[in-house]
Amino acid sequence: MTHFTHIKMCDLHIYSYPSIFIYGHRASGKSHVMHVLLKELELPHATVSCVECVSVALLFEQVLLSFFGCDAASLLPRSPSLSDFVRIYRQQCSQSPAKQTRYIVMEKAELLRDTDANLLPALLRLQELVEDNVTIILLSEIVWDKFRPNTGCFEPLLLHFPDYSKGELQQILSQDRHPSYTAEFYSSYINILLGVFYSVCRDLRELRHLAALNFSKFCEPLAEGKVKETDTHKLWRNIEPHLKKAMQTVYLREVSSLQWEQMQQMEEKESGALRGLSAHTHVELPYYSKFLLIAAYLASYNPARTDKRFFLKVDRFNFTPKNLLNHLLGPKPFPLDRLLAIFYSVVDNRVAPTASIFSQISSLVTLQLLTQVSHDDQLDAPKYKCAVSMDFICAISRTVNFDIVKYLYDFL
Amino acid sequence: EDHFTNGCEGADNSEIRFKLCQDLWHKIRADTEVLQDELNRKILDSLLDFTRKCSSTRQHSDWASQMRASEIPTAALVLGVNVPDHDMTFQSLSELLQQSVTPHVASVQAKECGALKHLMKRVLERLMDTVVTVDDEEEEETEQTSTQLHKSVHCSLSTLCDWYNAKTMKSKTGTPGKKRSSPVRDDPQQPPVVIIFKDLEAFNPKVLQDFILICSRYVERLPLMFIFGIATSPSTIQHMLPHSVSSLLCIELFQSLSCTQHLATVIDKLILTPQFPFKLNGKVMQVLMSIFLYHDFSVRNFIKGVQLALLEHFHSQPLSVLCCKKKEALLNVMQLSHHDLESIRHLLSFRRYVEKQEPQEQLNLFRDDTHLKEVCQKLIKDLRKYHKNYYPVLRCLHTLTSSLPRYPLGKQVRELHLICLEKNVWENEDYQTAMKLLKMLAKDELIASLQRCVEILQPVKSKKMKKALVELEELLAKFKQLDINSSWANITLAPRSHLSPPESQTLNEVCYYSSSATVRRHLNATPRTSIQAALSSPYYYLQNESLKTEDGTVSNAAPDICIAYKLHLECGRLINLYDWLEAYATVVSAAEGNNPDSDNVRKVEEVKHARFIQAVSELEFLGFIKSTKQKTDHVARLTWGGC
Repeated sequence: MTHFTHIKMCDLHIYSYPSIFIYGHRASGKSHVMHVLLKELELPHATVSCVECVSVALLFEQVLLSFFGCDAASLLPRSPSLSDFVRIYRQQCSQSPAKQTRYIVMEKAELLRDTDANLLPALLRLQELVEDNVTIILLSEIVWDKFRPNTGCFEPLLLHFPDYSKGELQQILSQDRHPSYTAEFYSSYINILLGVFYSVCRDLRELRHLAALNFSKFCEPLAEGKVKETDTHKLWRNIEPHLKKAMQTVYLREVSSLQWEQMQQMEEKESGALRGLSAHTHVELPYYSKFLLIAAYLASYNPARTDKRFFLKVDRFNFTPKNLLNHLLGPKPFPLDRLLAIFYSVVDNRVAPTASIFSQISSLVTLQLLTQVSHDDQLDAPKYKCAVSMDFICAISRTVNFDIVKYLYDFL
Repeated sequence: EDHFTNGCEGADNSEIRFKLCQDLWHKIRADTEVLQDELNRKILDSLLDFTRKCSSTRQHSDWASQMRASEIPTAALVLGVNVPDHDMTFQSLSELLQQSVTPHVASVQAKECGALKHLMKRVLERLMDTVVTVDDEEEEETEQTSTQLHKSVHCSLSTLCDWYNAKTMKSKTGTPGKKRSSPVRDDPQQPPVVIIFKDLEAFNPKVLQDFILICSRYVERLPLMFIFGIATSPSTIQHMLPHSVSSLLCIELFQSLSCTQHLATVIDKLILTPQFPFKLNGKVMQVLMSIFLYHDFSVRNFIKGVQLALLEHFHSQPLSVLCCKKKEALLNVMQLSHHDLESIRHLLSFRRYVEKQEPQEQLNLFRDDTHLKEVCQKLIKDLRKYHKNYYPVLRCLHTLTSSLPRYPLGKQVRELHLICLEKNVWENEDYQTAMKLLKMLAKDELIASLQRCVEILQPVKSKKMKKALVELEELLAKFKQLDINSSWANITLAPRSHLSPPESQTLNEVCYYSSSATVRRHLNATPRTSIQAALSSPYYYLQNESLKTEDGTVSNAAPDICIAYKLHLECGRLINLYDWLEAYATVVSAAEGNNPDSDNVRKVEEVKHARFIQAVSELEFLGFIKSTKQKTDHVARLTWGGC
């Protein structure tokens, strides 16, 4: 926190540095530090999260609102431009001149890159524009180099928040201890937790989440009176396999925290019954949809020139050496008529080209099993890509007794 | 009603028929709705429990739930791919939620939320019931049409928060205090705010991620809750949301009944029951089933198909006036006109019946209207009896055969039903194998399934079934005494007398709708085929004698577009426009009787040129060709194949 002493050092008459850029990984305390600092020092500030600002108007409004109250915010015209904002800001600021530096904190500043091209450069030198003692603080998880616009701009002051070390994590996590247990006990628990998870996860938020979830299990032998609080070794023996399991399930959000808690309450032997999210991959599809999907998969992964070989009933000779597996390159787009041509040769019985066949293609697109490559508006010769995995298509073709591997160029 | 009467076969009793049709349909619809509510009840109830639990755990202040408070409780509702059916589920879900858990429910669809601000706007609008402005939107959309009460508000969740606090404050204190207050932590009555995403897959992942991020910033102040409607599989959540976002959610999974089970129940309650006089014959049933299994998995569409068949039946069959409750039917028989009776005499099944009668009786049936009416009454009674017996026996046979290895007579009752509808089931090969297998079945299994048969037959009131029941019970007793061989005949005989196909029943045309082609044409349209038919044989649609040709060729007098179409079939993938024009001009001038060798053939007339261009652009509009940049003066064909 010592980085910040210079901020409050700023003199009244000398304007502070117009913009500061702070970066660091997720959960490295950027927002928290800024928030506490500005609160403690009672500095006038506005905190804006850029995700929330679906339009710049919201951004402007929030800034004006927290500096000058709602009257100023209501002065903004509908769909305001940057110059509207600057105008109103100047007007308001001449009425109530700054006694101290005003701070605008923008969280998730990386989203500013996607807004109007002039917004970021303008914000960086907002001080000049509004002639007020104002500092923009940008918080981001991305380094400044990725922000710099092509046209160049004012260089902000860069600050880096390094990741927490293990010791620091330990200290922070030990802060939110359970009220009915001693601090030492909780910190020994945190120690064990970090021992298991530190190698895979250093995100403070995740660790805190995990700590909260598994604590009750940790306390279990204590409540049963088997172990004393100080007997860390026995406690460790008890919790360790449990934490390992947590690493496979809760950490990956296969199982929600609520279910995890329920699982802990259940007996050990039953808990295996609960399946994670990714276990449910089976999708039930109408018969022709399955074949359409198979045809789409074939069209995506087979080169178009090989279609003749697979679907005309001729001898399969003339092997060309393949240099690259198509499966490594990912699905390729194919036109609708190729899809249908393959579909008709794949389906065993005759199918009328009914409207519902076509509507099934578009419903496959809405289900995200196919993706439309060409633009929605393009009605003639739309192009698609197949978006399902090899395992998925194999499972599908097994249900309709279709040996897809025989038809794949890569596996010939 | 007018539409129904107009162009209806046998207009004199059309009004009665219309009324019958409507009554029947209302009854069917009401029944299916009740049925679907029941089917959905389980999952909806568990969802409701989930929301209640979530809103109650929020108010707990113990250590663990406080640590978890930043997660948004989320229900992932897996509904299967039969998307058309989902609407009804969501409808009843949000109604139930509003009734019992929270007044604040908003459901959004992907297609109305292309961008984050639209999603925000929809959510806010639906929750707050006001007009929300999104700033750079067109004027008319945010136009303040509503009253002053509906103050237009800014589109952000903080607005929603304020609104929510005001709302809960108001309901608690009873005073309209609309002040900007910090959240009331100790308020026990905080109904959750539920947002339903009807079709998760179709949402833009970026939009969804941002929305969840925003929501998680407010979850401490606003008891938010999500319900994701998922059509494919729950792993889509992981595909759509990165870990950083999904870690903000506390997802619980709910799996709904699979649509095939759903359909099985609907068929069971709707089709396989003597309750409704209207029936579908085997072919129509087959068409509807194949649409369901092969195309859409939609129970709603299946019921729509039944509705269509119902309407068609009452519309096209004058005798459908008899397709109603027993008493009404008997009454209606007495009111049949001479014309109707004539048509009864022409019915195939009736003629078969007549042929079996004595010559004197035959004469009477043809001459005497009143006698015919009496006979009809008797026949209708017979038909009803047949139905009453048919379904229980069908179910019995199903219980006996459904546990056999490799399911010779199908796994589902509907498959067996289809077999029975088609022809005499005992002549079927699979039936023979099934019976053989049945004989090899272990004794206790056989007794168990026979026991179930007894249970099925028990509630049936008809005399014959009573008799069959007694027989069956005797049989069961015998089985228990290890006396198997003597009683086989009984089992195999029972279906013979009751499972004969409905076509063999006299007057079946009254109740059975048989035009499968109509249903297929209406429900499973083939636009491409009909366009091609129109283009290649215009006579089919235009009914103009001059267009009639023998061997599928197009006559010279056909419309321009047909000629152009015919000529384009002869080309490869790329068509040279000039060659096409030349060929076209030759054909047309031949039709006008000009000598092809004369001068003006070389110089194509302007009128013909224009007609050609029009025909070509019409073909382009229909999607047969498109312009291409590969070669100048060429168009590309979009269809393959040809003459």
